[in-house]
Amino acid sequence: MDVSSHDVLLVGGGGAGLRAAIAAAEVNPQLSIAVVSKVYPMRSHTVSAEGGAAGVIKEDDSLDEHAYDSISGGDWLCDQDAVETFVKEAPQELLQLERWGCPWSREPNGHIAVRAFGGMKKRRTWFAADKTGFHMLHTLFQTSLRFDPITRYDEWFVTKLLVDEGRVQGVVAIELMSGRIQAITAKSVILCTGGCGRIFPFTTNANIKNGDGMALAYRAGAPLKDMEFVQYHPTGLPFTGILITEAARSEGGYMLNKDGYRYLQDYNLGKPQPKPVLRSMELGPRDRLSQAFVSEDQKGRTIQTPYGSIVHLDLRHLGEKVINTKLPFVRELCMKYQNIDPVKELIPVRPVVHYMMGGVSTDIDGATPLAGLYAAGEVACVSINGANRLGSNSLPECLVFGARAGKAAALFAAQQKVPNGSVLAQATDERKRLESQFLFKTGGRERISTIREGMQTTVEKCAGIYRDGASLAEGADTLRQLQERFADINLDDHNRTFNTELEAALELGFMLDVAESIVQCALHRTESRGAHQRTDFPARDDKRFLAHSIVHRNPDGSSRVELLPVKITRWAPGERVYGELSQTNEPPQAVLTRKAG
Amino acid sequence: MIMADKIILEVARYSPEQDTKPCFATYEVPVHKEWVVLDALNYIKDKVDGSLTYRWSCRMGICGSCGMMVNGEPKLTCATFLSSYAHNGNKIRVEPLRYFPVVRDLVTELSDFLVKLKKVKPWLIRKDTVPLSQGEFLQTPEQLDYYKQFSMCINCTLCYSACPVVGLDPKFVGPAAIALAQRYNLDSRDQGAVERIAVLAHPEGIWGCTFVGECTKVCPKHVDPAGAIQQYKLNAVLDWLTSFLMPRGHNSQDVKP
Repeated sequence: MDVSSHDVLLVGGGGAGLRAAIAAAEVNPQLSIAVVSKVYPMRSHTVSAEGGAAGVIKEDDSLDEHAYDSISGGDWLCDQDAVETFVKEAPQELLQLERWGCPWSREPNGHIAVRAFGGMKKRRTWFAADKTGFHMLHTLFQTSLRFDPITRYDEWFVTKLLVDEGRVQGVVAIELMSGRIQAITAKSVILCTGGCGRIFPFTTNANIKNGDGMALAYRAGAPLKDMEFVQYHPTGLPFTGILITEAARSEGGYMLNKDGYRYLQDYNLGKPQPKPVLRSMELGPRDRLSQAFVSEDQKGRTIQTPYGSIVHLDLRHLGEKVINTKLPFVRELCMKYQNIDPVKELIPVRPVVHYMMGGVSTDIDGATPLAGLYAAGEVACVSINGANRLGSNSLPECLVFGARAGKAAALFAAQQKVPNGSVLAQATDERKRLESQFLFKTGGRERISTIREGMQTTVEKCAGIYRDGASLAEGADTLRQLQERFADINLDDHNRTFNTELEAALELGFMLDVAESIVQCALHRTESRGAHQRTDFPARDDKRFLAHSIVHRNPDGSSRVELLPVKITRWAPGERVYGELSQTNEPPQAVLTRKAG
Repeated sequence: MIMADKIILEVARYSPEQDTKPCFATYEVPVHKEWVVLDALNYIKDKVDGSLTYRWSCRMGICGSCGMMVNGEPKLTCATFLSSYAHNGNKIRVEPLRYFPVVRDLVTELSDFLVKLKKVKPWLIRKDTVPLSQGEFLQTPEQLDYYKQFSMCINCTLCYSACPVVGLDPKFVGPAAIALAQRYNLDSRDQGAVERIAVLAHPEGIWGCTFVGECTKVCPKHVDPAGAIQQYKLNAVLDWLTSFLMPRGHNSQDVKP
């Protein structure tokens, strides 16, 4: 078997992966760094992020306020040490990106411009019109080209982590172009593969978002954390699931039900004002807005369409000029994909699966409990997002924790010996598995798309915006049956060259494992918090569940869920308050005293 | 006009392991109002033939993966509606992007394009080092507007498939890479225009372009690579002229406001 060797290996070349690669190259230019990505890095899903990236930069703002907004927005499930690190380093990272050429939108005097965002009490979201992720990703990719220690493996699909002597020592990957299956060894591995929205039938996530990294880690013995917390974004276009950015609301858009009524006023989110008010109404947090949609739907106040119930997002009063300057991509997407012009027409929207708060459990340096394995970005759960992420926190999360993981993995790699030969035997076994169970197997009876659709319907039905014990238990059974049927899969394609059907089958395998972890965590958490709403346990229960779900994979493929207490540094759990009350009350200041040191 | 409820797709198929040359396979697919050409390909892959091979990802016209020739024109298939072809028994012919080597079916080989991108040094070049503690480089909205259009390229390579020069001379740096170089040259924060001259002001750089303008016509993001090239040519000529008058170090590529 062919082998190539590096010091630090990145799986994934999006925002977190490229930031990590550059950080590793800067911390130690002697290291050899590999970026292994199943797509060309500039195709990574960071490219689709629209609204912006939060980082305290203006005089009227403070790190404590960003921390408080994030912690209350996350329904007190955030680890507060991670949040404090995050808010402190986010502005530095955004500034670094400015130095690398990111075309941030500006104020007339040339300084960085910021916009309002949901759940944020101050304007602190940096933006590049409404293509922020696109510009960040291309800036990072283009900048990464000048770092010689970075070797790219473009369009290589990672199938397995190689673990020996309790330490991750590389990966097995398929070079799509040739179909060659080989080992790439490394002294440390960082997972930056993003989320897993494609587990659900209706998502903003790109086709490549299959929970690859989550499943790789989970199978290798690293636990996942808080997998029950799935974010539904309130404004997706029906049918396609294309995201209409929250920035549309921060610029002043209204959410209207079928009667043209701003229904959010009925859900404890404040009173409607003509202009946007921070932490109020349309600028409430995403979990609360998506839940309000379900209630409106139950009251019969939504509009029925062939692609599900919808409400309207109204931007007409903003005028063509504001829409063209601040939201050009929203207009482009509406016109190209929905055949409507938001300058003159209402935009039909419904909640859509958007983001995983949960992921591979890491510390604030991106390290997982498995030696040599790191994770950053959406694939990871460092716990800055808790039970509900605030819009515009995920892009800076990629940068802050991508950079931290890159540095930590570089330091770790410098202390390790060259991976030993026994991982190569594992790699050979993996190649045989791929060939016998997929590539050259004949006589299977199941189609990939049938099982994938079965999984998507099941997960949406049992682990959607509202859940209950009975349907979760039923969903868990159905997923187990789908796992069995998956073993009987049949491929039409037995070519080695660019075999996308093989890739899709392996992705489906990843998704089934991750779906199982979502449902098991959701079953285990018998309370309601943030994006996890149990109709059979409607209240938050801090006595039992001010804790993370940690889910391990047992050797037989089943899972076990344990609880890990949330780290509270300075903000004691309180009620989440939006609307007028959040305007008049000062945010509870550090009620706990910071420990010395 | 009445929209047909089914349409025929003729799709180019080629596997280097099985075929000596590409051929076309024909599929009948349902037409839904909301469906784009990519949805039809996904229908075929999911329901009919899992070996059909193509790239796609975001389905919202921003990742740049799904460019193909649709009835002879380079298109993002996620933004090309079936309904616009589904009249009067029309067929849709889908082929890989022209002028690129074909890996398989609708997948083209992109590594040469990536080499060209890197060649133009598409990163911010500064002669000084300013610590982050000094805050952002100032840039007014007018200065941002000056290069913004050229920063919108999604690297979909449709412009290479539209460009007859690329077809004749594969070494031509090409529209997207030159536009990207201009994106940095025109950025008020950049000081690297001089370093990019060698690649750009070269027979395989801007002087290769015969100004057909097809690149700009097919660009799904209105980047206007043809405009970038013409602008650079003009400045290069000015440079050549002024080099007689001001032999020491004048560079009109540095034309930023």
